[in-house]
Amino acid sequence: MAESVTSAGELDTTGHSPRRWLWLLLGYLVAFGLIAVVWEGSKALFAIPDYKLPHLAQIAEAFFRPTPKGPTWLILIQDALYTAFEAFVGFTIGSVSGFLIAALFQRYVHVRRGFMPYVIASQTVPIIAVAPMIVVGTGSLGAPPWLSKSIIAAYLTFFPVVINVLRGLESVDRDALLLMRSYAATDNQIFRLLRLPASVPYLFTALKIAATASIIGAIIGELPVGSTRGIGVQIVVGSQYNTFNPGFLWATIIVAALLGMIAYGMVALAERRIVRWKRPES
Amino acid sequence: MAASDAPLPENGPTRQAFWNRPWVAPLLVFVLVLASWELLVMIFQPPTFLLPSPSLIWQSLAGQFLALMGYGFNTFMEALGGFVIGCGLGLLTAMLVARSKWLSDLLLPFAIASNSVPIVAMAPIAIVWFGIGPWSKVAIVAVMCFFPTMVSTVRGLTSASPDAIALMNSYAASNWQIFTKLRVPSALPFVFNALKICTAVSMIGAIVAEFFGGAVNYLGIYIKTQASILKTPDAWAAIVVACFYGLAFYFAIVLLERWLMPWHRHREQH
Amino acid sequence: MPTAPIIAIDKVSRIYGNANATTVALKDVSLTIEKGELISLVGPSGCGKSTLLRLIADLDTPSQGKITVNGHAPEQARKQREYGFVFQAPTLYDWRTVERNARLPLEVMGRPAGEWQARLDKMLAMVGLRDFHQHYPWQLSGGMQQRASIARALSFDPAILLMDEPFGALDEFTRERMNMELLDIWETTHKTILFVTHSIAEAVFLSSRIVVMTPRPGRIAATVNVDLPYPRNFDTREDPRFFELVTQVRETLKEEFVGHV
Ligand SMILES: Nc1ncnc2c1ncn2[C@@H]1O[C@H](COP(=O)(O)OP(=O)(O)O)[C@@H](O)[C@H]1O
Ligand SMILES: [Mg+2]
Repeated sequence: MAESVTSAGELDTTGHSPRRWLWLLLGYLVAFGLIAVVWEGSKALFAIPDYKLPHLAQIAEAFFRPTPKGPTWLILIQDALYTAFEAFVGFTIGSVSGFLIAALFQRYVHVRRGFMPYVIASQTVPIIAVAPMIVVGTGSLGAPPWLSKSIIAAYLTFFPVVINVLRGLESVDRDALLLMRSYAATDNQIFRLLRLPASVPYLFTALKIAATASIIGAIIGELPVGSTRGIGVQIVVGSQYNTFNPGFLWATIIVAALLGMIAYGMVALAERRIVRWKRPES
Repeated sequence: MAASDAPLPENGPTRQAFWNRPWVAPLLVFVLVLASWELLVMIFQPPTFLLPSPSLIWQSLAGQFLALMGYGFNTFMEALGGFVIGCGLGLLTAMLVARSKWLSDLLLPFAIASNSVPIVAMAPIAIVWFGIGPWSKVAIVAVMCFFPTMVSTVRGLTSASPDAIALMNSYAASNWQIFTKLRVPSALPFVFNALKICTAVSMIGAIVAEFFGGAVNYLGIYIKTQASILKTPDAWAAIVVACFYGLAFYFAIVLLERWLMPWHRHREQH
Repeated sequence: MPTAPIIAIDKVSRIYGNANATTVALKDVSLTIEKGELISLVGPSGCGKSTLLRLIADLDTPSQGKITVNGHAPEQARKQREYGFVFQAPTLYDWRTVERNARLPLEVMGRPAGEWQARLDKMLAMVGLRDFHQHYPWQLSGGMQQRASIARALSFDPAILLMDEPFGALDEFTRERMNMELLDIWETTHKTILFVTHSIAEAVFLSSRIVVMTPRPGRIAATVNVDLPYPRNFDTREDPRFFELVTQVRETLKEEFVGHV
């Protein structure tokens, strides 16, 4: 074989040399140091009060402050896990139903023509505003408190999944379809062997958006009065007691941010394990 | 099911049937959904606060139309303010960052990671900083718009192919000429994609930030209050108004895009 | 001509278009192909070569006329998996390795993996991909991708191979090597091959017979018998007879163009 071959093993998958990595690492360290210096420096310089900008040490201290139910960090993690559970239930329901609807739209052009404009419009419109009504509505029906949060997370997941999966199912090119036709493949075979795998990268694009969105949805669902558990509740508590314990609000928000990043990271990791046939991006 | 056939090319003349016009099916769905919603509410009579009928929502909307449009306008102004500040700063930062490969390699991962951070959850901090009034919402929206705009713009500014740049160099073009004649035009589609996403982001950001507190003549707070006192039709009416402003904002940006990029082939959506 | 032709095309036309504009892609095309022939369709782009191939494969239906493939209507031939199709683009599925791509038709046709695995391995070896079973398409060069797609078309042992400019996207050197390999495959498998190209030299080098087509409307201008002996090799391209035949085909096309330009 005289032809050039690129094999996965030989490729530097990031396009960065080790030297470059070292430089980047150095850059990050400097950046973090800089943030800390700017943070504490501007606090001293402009005499920013603690309730507006606590000392970094106060935030750290807030994590370790003991409460009757254990150290604060443990409480925050428990609440974060509860929010993660609400979000995960919604994420699962939203992505499964979104996938099924996309498959339906793919097969029935008339159904798609009727509904798709609304699915697309949903992305330009603040539908999240119905969250308080879902909370009040399900609450009055006596449903478990996590359900309303999961419903909100589900519909934030649903729409991007429908749009992207439909795009993926339709992304197969004409020759790939004609190839199947030349084998006299059945509709089901075309779906299973061609459209379904072709849609997987698109599905993950949506799932990455939805991972964070479902966490946001669950947090928003926790805001109305009456909620007792979840990181959203802790954020509300933090903002109420901010003058007494200025590090705590920041602590709750750091946990919420980490939660969003972990959710995203888990989907991204799953994507890397499952979508292995793509050329690594440089 | 028998062996299936991939779609074949049209075999001879066809004419576009009435049912295939692009607006017919959506209109039909709209009417059908509203009618069956109305009918189901009539038959099962769920409590009004749980599921009001479309006609009741319509009554609520008509009854306080001007007030709701006013609340919507207040919220929209927050969204617009944050949009202008956030996208503006995002554009400026991108122009600086895109000049250096090292700087964009350093900052882009952060900017991309910020996508996965629930920024709206930081609304309480914004309230501490900028007060319970509109400025805290403007601040949150600005932060939410900043990152996607910056990331897309950096990508756009660096999207010109090496060949295209080599061509400019072969004309001995100055850096400024390369910037205005090549980099900016090739960045515009990226920028507008981000701006269109940011219209939705800014309305969502403003409304959700209002859920954390504020004055009653704003949509988010109105929706939250009316929902909590079980005046659901009012809340739904407010959502209709929110959708109106969201769509109007979006299409305003689309118009701007067509005006600024007449050469671009604008993709038809389904 | 001892037996019935394997492909018979009888006064076939194909008209594309709508009420506003129509294109006559093929007009009254008739052609018979014997078992074991390697026939090339040559002509400038737009003369209906791909259309003719798709009609034979039942990937498209004629507006008029009749086609029989191995004694059947094209649809039935397709359902009996009598031909393998090779497109200009390799059309490999990104998410399948080379081996699993080549196995795709076997999966669709429900052929038992165990029995066919040996054949699959042989085909991949024949196209020179023995060591690349587990590679994904993006890890292969264009020529290797096209080889994989040929192995895929051969994997289920169809009687006919329909190839639509399979080497059109390759560079000249790779293309010439692929031509040699195709001749090897043809000589070892005795398939009937219908090969579309817009390169006259490629057509002369490969085929036992050349069908020259011209556009507007697409039709057959002439057929040329290629009397160069097999096996052919790199020297064939330097044979004076090779040049005569190339010139002959070129003249045919030139005559057809006088009056069109
Ligand atoms: N699906 C189609 N719809 C309309 N016109 C077509 C279609 N396919 C091919 N044609 C037209 O038919 C003619 C022959 O095309 P084709 O068979 O692809 O030519 P070739 O393969 O020889 O280049 C061309 O004029 C082309 O534009
Ligand atoms: Mg062609």
